[in-house]
Amino acid sequence: MAKKLAVEWGACIGRVTGVLVIVAGILLAAALCTAGQQPANPVPSIFEPHSTPADSILRLSNFVLTITVLIFGVVATLLSYATVKFRSKAGDAQHEPAQVYGSTQIELAWTVIPILIVVVLFLATARVIHAIQDAPKPVAAVEVTAIGHQFWWEYRYPALGIVTANELHIPVSDPNHPSPTFLKLLSADTDHSFWVPQLAGKTDLIPNRINETWVDPHRTGLFLGQCAQYCGTQHAKMLLRVSVETPEAFQVWVNAQKQPAIQDEKEAAGKRVFETTACVNCHAVGGTNATGRFGPDLTHLMSRSTIAAGAAENTKENLRLWIQNPDAIKPGSLMPAMQLTDADLDALVRYLETLK
Amino acid sequence: MSSDAMAIQAAESAGRPWVETLHEWITTVDHKRLGILYIVFALVFLVIGGVEATLMRIQLMRPHNDFVSPQVFNRLFTMHGTTMIFFVAMPVLFGFANYLVPLMIGARDMAFPRLNAFSFWLTAFGGILLYFSFVGGSGLYGAGNAPDVGWWAYAPLTARAFSPGNSSDYWTIAVLVSGFGSIGTSINIIATIFSMRCPGMKLSRMPLLAWLNLVMSGMVLIAITPLSAAQIMLLVDRYLGGHFFDTQAGGSAAIWMHFFWIFGHPEVYVLIIPCFAFMSEIIPVFSRKPIFGYPVMVGATVCIGFVSMSVWAHHMFSIGMSSYSNAFFTLTSMVVGVPTGIKIFNWLGTMWGGKLIFKTPMLFCIGFLFQFLIAGLTGIMLAVSPFDWQLSGSYFVVAHFHYVIVGGILFALFAAFYYWFPKMTGRMLNESLGKLHFWLFLIGFHMTFDVMHIPGILGMPRRIYTYEPGRGWDTMNLIVTIGTFIQGIAILVFVANLIYSFFKGPKAGNDPWDAWTLEWSASSPPPEYNFPAIPTVASRRPLWDLKHPEDPDGRYE
Repeated sequence: MAKKLAVEWGACIGRVTGVLVIVAGILLAAALCTAGQQPANPVPSIFEPHSTPADSILRLSNFVLTITVLIFGVVATLLSYATVKFRSKAGDAQHEPAQVYGSTQIELAWTVIPILIVVVLFLATARVIHAIQDAPKPVAAVEVTAIGHQFWWEYRYPALGIVTANELHIPVSDPNHPSPTFLKLLSADTDHSFWVPQLAGKTDLIPNRINETWVDPHRTGLFLGQCAQYCGTQHAKMLLRVSVETPEAFQVWVNAQKQPAIQDEKEAAGKRVFETTACVNCHAVGGTNATGRFGPDLTHLMSRSTIAAGAAENTKENLRLWIQNPDAIKPGSLMPAMQLTDADLDALVRYLETLK
Repeated sequence: MSSDAMAIQAAESAGRPWVETLHEWITTVDHKRLGILYIVFALVFLVIGGVEATLMRIQLMRPHNDFVSPQVFNRLFTMHGTTMIFFVAMPVLFGFANYLVPLMIGARDMAFPRLNAFSFWLTAFGGILLYFSFVGGSGLYGAGNAPDVGWWAYAPLTARAFSPGNSSDYWTIAVLVSGFGSIGTSINIIATIFSMRCPGMKLSRMPLLAWLNLVMSGMVLIAITPLSAAQIMLLVDRYLGGHFFDTQAGGSAAIWMHFFWIFGHPEVYVLIIPCFAFMSEIIPVFSRKPIFGYPVMVGATVCIGFVSMSVWAHHMFSIGMSSYSNAFFTLTSMVVGVPTGIKIFNWLGTMWGGKLIFKTPMLFCIGFLFQFLIAGLTGIMLAVSPFDWQLSGSYFVVAHFHYVIVGGILFALFAAFYYWFPKMTGRMLNESLGKLHFWLFLIGFHMTFDVMHIPGILGMPRRIYTYEPGRGWDTMNLIVTIGTFIQGIAILVFVANLIYSFFKGPKAGNDPWDAWTLEWSASSPPPEYNFPAIPTVASRRPLWDLKHPEDPDGRYE
């Protein structure tokens, strides 16, 4: 019985093309989904980076994708070829095929080639790891401390004396005079993960641990993301909004945020409701005796476009609903239903609306 | 009574009270019965875990859906993951190992039959404990509820501050108890293989299935140990005032991650290696050729066993490790792909020049090869740590590991079911239903898990009970959900086939596939103690030698 292996490496070009067409189709479908996103970037696609870390990741990813698609093309072609070519034919079942037990040369070939591919992939990867993780912090960098809470984000700008929540404001970074933002990531309770795909890969916020990430957005606009590490009941509605602004607009925002809360005597009734109920246990309003730190700082609540960590728009109706019945917007959030009378509720909402 | 399998059991017990039959099954120490018990137990849990998955997919069908509450959704994905890994994949693979290893090495039973029964019942009680949380989860606080901490139960979510009541204790103890069961079975498999082989069956002649289960068992011993230790530490934290993982008292959340994943990553290989074993037995028979590169296959498996012990932190690239650690785990994770690739090439080499027979087991094997190839390649992408910073924790990862677990492990299991069901029951599974099952499942699988990669690339994180509209995820999620239902229908076809063929399938005879390993020399189902006379073998394919005395295998090995 002939025991010799007849390896036909005749690659079937047609099939490779077929595979490439399918892959191109998938990428096209992905591209279509990401189209038309001015200016709010509703699709946080990793294929549309606007910051150096996300951009270097994408370049590396494209390289890796190319190599893996090629490997898939070759192996899938061989598999398809074998599946079609070596079917047993009718009437041919009598004889067993040549019994082949192996071949050292071929084994060596399909061991050494993958090792070489691994070496190339590893070196390319190591370079990007180093470039992103070990990037030096320029003097002009903006420093922000992001603290994950069960189900919202606290942002502190220690150099600027600002405390805010859920909507991160940072300046755009000119590649010639980079002003990146370095984020120190902490957690007040469980694990969270900071992920704005168009700006950088994710980094976790872990209690008792200090992590760091950085972004340098190359264009202004709103970038979306959300918590990417399961953190409890409302993990799904712990949304991230990053507003990238021109240096001038950023400075205007900083100046406004530094002010204490506006004291509007007309809304003293609502203020009294706020300061005499459980609100102050968790929330702070600058310049008043409300100094709670368990929930978001409300000093400039009306400067934010959303409430409940992005779960609802910041409108009068939503504010009222949020205070009355938080579960209607975000079931399982840690905000309690306040059980106020309608008159108190209206006064409170009117007061909150003065916190510009 | 000499026979063991259910079919004959049913016929013989017609005149006996059912209690007696039940008693026999519960007190059995026979490796074949325990194997079947493991498999049936896992199939029941497969259906339960599948229903949980379906409920989640209905919820995610469209944005802002309110089919289930966030609390229920979180319990669903926790129970789905825990069930599928610990109470479906592990037991079903142990079931096949239990049934097949002694038969394939010419032994009459496992080395420790009583330990075998003990291990099975530990696993079974673990599964029952997990689901008892639905009744007793909140203890005296109120109605029961299932654990909702995710299947890897990251600290500090499991601390008493975040997880009051007893629900996560059920998770901890269920996993701990079934872990002891796994350790027992692994010791048993190792002892059986080293001490019970029939005359002539040198290690170098042992069927690959036995080899691969040997490696798998060794890995279980190493991987389950840290997991069990971590579970005990967690219990100490929760009840004895320990602070291992209690971050509010200075404990470390990251150390739990290390403990969990140093179990969790070898675990993936613990599950896939027995599936490699199925491939290595089934593909040769339906290609009519011996396995290509037997020594290389053994070497590659041992190599996977070692390297897979040092890849765990690729599940943790986003936790802020140093750049050197990230680079190290990138390298090891890529390296483990090399022996895995070698295996795919060797199966290809086995098919090359053969005469492929596309019976249902072979169809599932072909599906496995393509899907495992894709799963391996997306695995390479995830090993590239910067790429992983984008993809980890997203639906891309969910799609990737379901490609491994469903597209790889489950397809291999279906192949094994169609291939060995005749041996276990004495009856063939229906081919037409089998092909319908294959094609339906293939279509459903690809609709679900191919499409699922895309929302991950578009920024959709996993474990969210709902998502915002307009982010490009809506259509994808709808397609994924439809695919889930097609898979569900395919599973129903499979279960129907199992039940129908068990009663009505054509008689199989000893050797329906014209195969070469020892189990096919026994009757179907094999008698108690398997072999009236212990066989003697002279090559890796004893039945080939028997059928082709003019051209025995031994010369070429």
